[in-house]
Amino acid sequence: MCHALPVKIIALTGPDTAKVSLGGIVKEISVALIDDPKIGDHVVLHVGYALAKIDEAEAERTLALLAAEGGEALAEFAAAEAPP
Amino acid sequence: MKHLDEYRDAEIAHRLAAAIHSEAANSGRRYRLMEFCGGHTHAIFRYGIEDLLPANIEMVHGPGCPVCVLPTGRLDMAIRLAKRVGVILASYADMLRVPGSKGQSLMKAKADGADIRMVYSTLDAVKLAEANPDREVIFFAIGFETTTPPTALAIETAAKKGLTNFSVFCNHVLTPSAIAAILEAPAVRELGTVEIDGFLGPAHVSVVIGSQPYEFFAEEYRKPVAISGFEPIDILQSILMLVRQLNEGRAEVENQYIRAVTRDGNVRAKQAVSRVFELRRDFEWRGLGHIPYSALRLKDEFAAFDAERRFDEPYIPTEGIKACECPAILRGAKKPTDCQLFGRACTPETPLGSCMVSSEGACAAYYTYGRMREAAQ
Repeated sequence: MCHALPVKIIALTGPDTAKVSLGGIVKEISVALIDDPKIGDHVVLHVGYALAKIDEAEAERTLALLAAEGGEALAEFAAAEAPP
Repeated sequence: MKHLDEYRDAEIAHRLAAAIHSEAANSGRRYRLMEFCGGHTHAIFRYGIEDLLPANIEMVHGPGCPVCVLPTGRLDMAIRLAKRVGVILASYADMLRVPGSKGQSLMKAKADGADIRMVYSTLDAVKLAEANPDREVIFFAIGFETTTPPTALAIETAAKKGLTNFSVFCNHVLTPSAIAAILEAPAVRELGTVEIDGFLGPAHVSVVIGSQPYEFFAEEYRKPVAISGFEPIDILQSILMLVRQLNEGRAEVENQYIRAVTRDGNVRAKQAVSRVFELRRDFEWRGLGHIPYSALRLKDEFAAFDAERRFDEPYIPTEGIKACECPAILRGAKKPTDCQLFGRACTPETPLGSCMVSSEGACAAYYTYGRMREAAQ
């Protein structure tokens, strides 16, 4: 029940409803809990409601951070683990 | 799929694990980190995250599983409501197999003829009431802050539509109250707890309430908090954040899940909740006992939609199965494998305790993903 998934809004179907897609599966959900839903927005979907928009800029920042994180440590780790 | 696959990348996971090792391995201390949320517990087991961590980092599983913390007495109430003549009880699927007292469950009540319907969304429950005007439709509402706004909107929708046959049996509970109980409640301390060094904050609860409510725990109890997404990379990055904070003597709220969590959370959702609900003076939690102001009830202006006021169904506290260690497991004081029923009398097919039934329960996670791992060690 607590599961939530990132889905993409593909159509607005009413004042508070939208169609979303996740990997090709399309479903109608409520967007009553988020401000200004737009086609193309990624939202966190939980029990039939969009709970929040996923901030694309912040998502990219997390990924950029992750790409940089631990590079040196891994090199050390790999060196330490390498057979003599 | 976007916003999923990139957070499951094996190379990044190994790099993060290496960074955690290099920061934690030589510090000479232990790190006992509680992941509050059952969704995190499952992700940790499913992705084998504990195998990537050094031995001095221990993940302690918290009470963030709404099915697990609901006391048997409340489930019994739902079963009695469902058995009333003319009632349709609408419930999320998770609740159906949870054992009540005297071997009862919603599933068994359904087999005995009670009209119990599984719903995916609160709006489905409202639709049921519209489609069955001669029946009383009761929605069995459970969950933490993530699930509360949808219940609030359903009640407002039913009010707007003028439905007189829709009500909610409200069991919504509050995350910060449970964390506070683990940290300080004397009653909980008497029951036995563990020392926690830091918290992995829940993802989707925090989408709603924001990161602000955790600042109190960081400041008052000097416990670092890292709000974490649900994917393996998110969890590893959050663990690294906590290790760094502890190594540097910091106790702050850090937000790893910045792509969906802000400091204030979802204001629109919080407003919907405060329009419809108010604090309950007391609520019993399985494992944590009675916690004051830890749950919600409907405000007086929505009394007509409150199943508890409409149907006068008393709460009768009941003891669970004696040998079941769910209560201690929910406090983080014991592990599922410490329970003598685990994997023997109690399995996901024949669950005796709520922690084995729920898809978010720690016992179900251990059984599904972790049992062979411990056996192999």
